[in-house]
Amino acid sequence: MTSNDNGTASGGTAVKDAPGNAAPLVELRAAGKSYGNVRALHGVDLAVRPGQVTCVLGDNGAGKSTLIKIVSGLHQHTEGEFLVDGEAVRFSTPREALDRGIATVYQDLATVPLMPVWRNFFLGSELTKGPWPVRRLDIERMKKTADEELRAMGIVLDDLEQPIGTLSGGQRQCVAIARAVHFGARVLILDEPTAALGVKQSGVVLKYIAAARDRGLGVIFITHNPHHAYMVGDHFSVLRLGTLELSAARSEITVEELTNHMAGGAELTALKHELAQVRGVDVEELPEEGDVQVPAATPSDGTPDGTASETSSGTASETSSGTASETSSGTASETSSEKTP
Amino acid sequence: MTMTQASAPAAEPAPPDSPAGRKDGRATERSVARRLLARPEVGALIAAVGVYVFFFAAAPPFREASSLATVLYQASVMGIMTLPVALLMIGGEFDLSAGVAVTTSALTAAILSYQLTLNVWTGVIVALIASLAVGAFNGWLLIKTGLPSFLVTLGSFLILQGANLAVTKIFTGNVASDSISDMDGFDQAKSVFASEISIGGVNFKITIFYWLVFAALATWLLLRTKFGNWIFAVGGNQDSARAVGVPVKFTKIALFMGVGLGAWFVGMHLLFSFNTVQSGEGVGNEFLYIIAAVIGGCLLTGGYGSAVGPVIGAFIFGMVSQGIVYANWNPDWFKAFLGVMLLLAALVNLWVRRQATRR
Ligand SMILES: Nc1ncnc2c1ncn2[C@@H]1O[C@H](COP(=O)(O)OP(=O)(O)OP(=O)(O)O)[C@@H](O)[C@H]1O
Ligand SMILES: [Mg+2]
Repeated sequence: MTSNDNGTASGGTAVKDAPGNAAPLVELRAAGKSYGNVRALHGVDLAVRPGQVTCVLGDNGAGKSTLIKIVSGLHQHTEGEFLVDGEAVRFSTPREALDRGIATVYQDLATVPLMPVWRNFFLGSELTKGPWPVRRLDIERMKKTADEELRAMGIVLDDLEQPIGTLSGGQRQCVAIARAVHFGARVLILDEPTAALGVKQSGVVLKYIAAARDRGLGVIFITHNPHHAYMVGDHFSVLRLGTLELSAARSEITVEELTNHMAGGAELTALKHELAQVRGVDVEELPEEGDVQVPAATPSDGTPDGTASETSSGTASETSSGTASETSSGTASETSSEKTP
Repeated sequence: MTMTQASAPAAEPAPPDSPAGRKDGRATERSVARRLLARPEVGALIAAVGVYVFFFAAAPPFREASSLATVLYQASVMGIMTLPVALLMIGGEFDLSAGVAVTTSALTAAILSYQLTLNVWTGVIVALIASLAVGAFNGWLLIKTGLPSFLVTLGSFLILQGANLAVTKIFTGNVASDSISDMDGFDQAKSVFASEISIGGVNFKITIFYWLVFAALATWLLLRTKFGNWIFAVGGNQDSARAVGVPVKFTKIALFMGVGLGAWFVGMHLLFSFNTVQSGEGVGNEFLYIIAAVIGGCLLTGGYGSAVGPVIGAFIFGMVSQGIVYANWNPDWFKAFLGVMLLLAALVNLWVRRQATRR
């Protein structure tokens, strides 16, 4: 991991990035979104270029999901501009985004619990065969494809006919990811895809992200885990209370700074003192504001992940902060060989 | 995993293909019996056999073939309407206007043909358009307002009920429409909508055959087409369905229009059977359709069910309503019996679903 700090990143303002100057597939310009009188997002700039991973980080409620819901067509922006291929658009349904090759793994996974796994996999993009009056589902092909895609993720199910609601939270997440990877032709959006996953599957997801990037897709990767983000990210945007707190290219920031930005330096220090009151928590290795001690499986990355687990769609018990930090260290070795700095 | 298991019924009827052979070797494959029990209509089938045996024993006239024809006829008139109502229910919505919509359709054809002295087929076509329009209106209002369908269709129920009576009175000065039996095209239309077919000396009403054909079509639609997939999805989780690109609005409006289509068909049958239409008819039938769908294993909250189940549900309804007559009981008991059936069916379905999803 490179740690060349040129000092511009810590300014807290949006920094226009440089690497890979291909035209953005998807771009937000001063975009914002209000839910009634709740201003969830305001003045956000974001560019997703082919062959790049844009990571979006931030606390709970920072507006990350809101941001990607604009891009995926679930919500519409209420201010600023949203461009796809340089052309201003306003999607009224997710179908329009999908038709432009933008596929999303939503935080709540967007599955229908009572429907079989394979039907969920192809929901909304069903394969059919035969001429019109008798055009019907190509069940064989759909089952086969779903099975292959899931196996590629390391998920083997006894029965694709079982309702997806009977799968574990992590398995459901894998189905949602495999589905998006299968249908995302140009842009892949992942909203906390590793929140409920074990070490192996998290590693697979990071590999998928790297593979999608290498195939020339633009990826938006939302995570609470700066180490996951840094392993695959080319550009990092940190949101805070709906505005962009940081926007930096990989070359402009280190993982320590990223961690610091995410937690909010001062808050982290306060947290450290708070934790010191609690017996059994080792605060020695927690970073101070300014001089940030490093990464890996210290309690420091347990903190953001601990909050992540609270929001991960009903599977909270599966991501204790313990497994989360285990995850980041476990996948480090699996993916670091793949990434291109 | 335990989180959703208790409430989640199994997948809809498994297509023949069994993915045996590829497994992770952990969970034992659900047994054939369990898989069978997982089908939404199994509870209803058990109940239907029970009811049949009961009346077979209790009411000797029930055993005759002509009685079967009567039972089936009764079941078919209701069953044809139950099918689209069941599909709508699987899609997560109700239509309380379904009962009076049948009368509206019949009145439209009757009054229009009679007043303008047209060929009855003109009335039939206009009634079809009117019925589809009522369905589309219900669906459109639901989508536009975001109100629950219970409320939206309660409104259209009252509107149609009132309009049926008032409009009929304006044109005929009476509560019934004028007889159209001597008008052009009547005999032809009657042979399409209300004729009889004789099999082995027993006359079966043509609606029985339509009913079974429609049920087969509905099954195919549900399990083998894109649209069927969308029906389950919008009923099971509307937001998820939308997020992955299912045209939720289109699906819901189409389902309401399907109910309109059913209302038109049954309305035409009643019109050409009786030549005239009582404008106050149909009130309360909407609940019978819903009851038959629930007895047939459709989940009241949507996302689960079949088309075969409602066929069995309507058959149970036919057996009960005629069986009571054949057994020489007071027909007033019919509703009470139906209530008991509904509760039993709901319990059996609940039990069956628990059995099926336990592994
Ligand atoms: N549908 C909605 N209606 C009203 N307010 C909403 C809605 N969705 C989100 N919000 C508000 O917008 C803000 C940002 O929410 P968002 O879901 O984007 O956060 P997030 O960054 O994804 O958080 P998390 O890490 O918990 O997923 C929150 O304050 C939330 O209350
Ligand atoms: Mg979120």
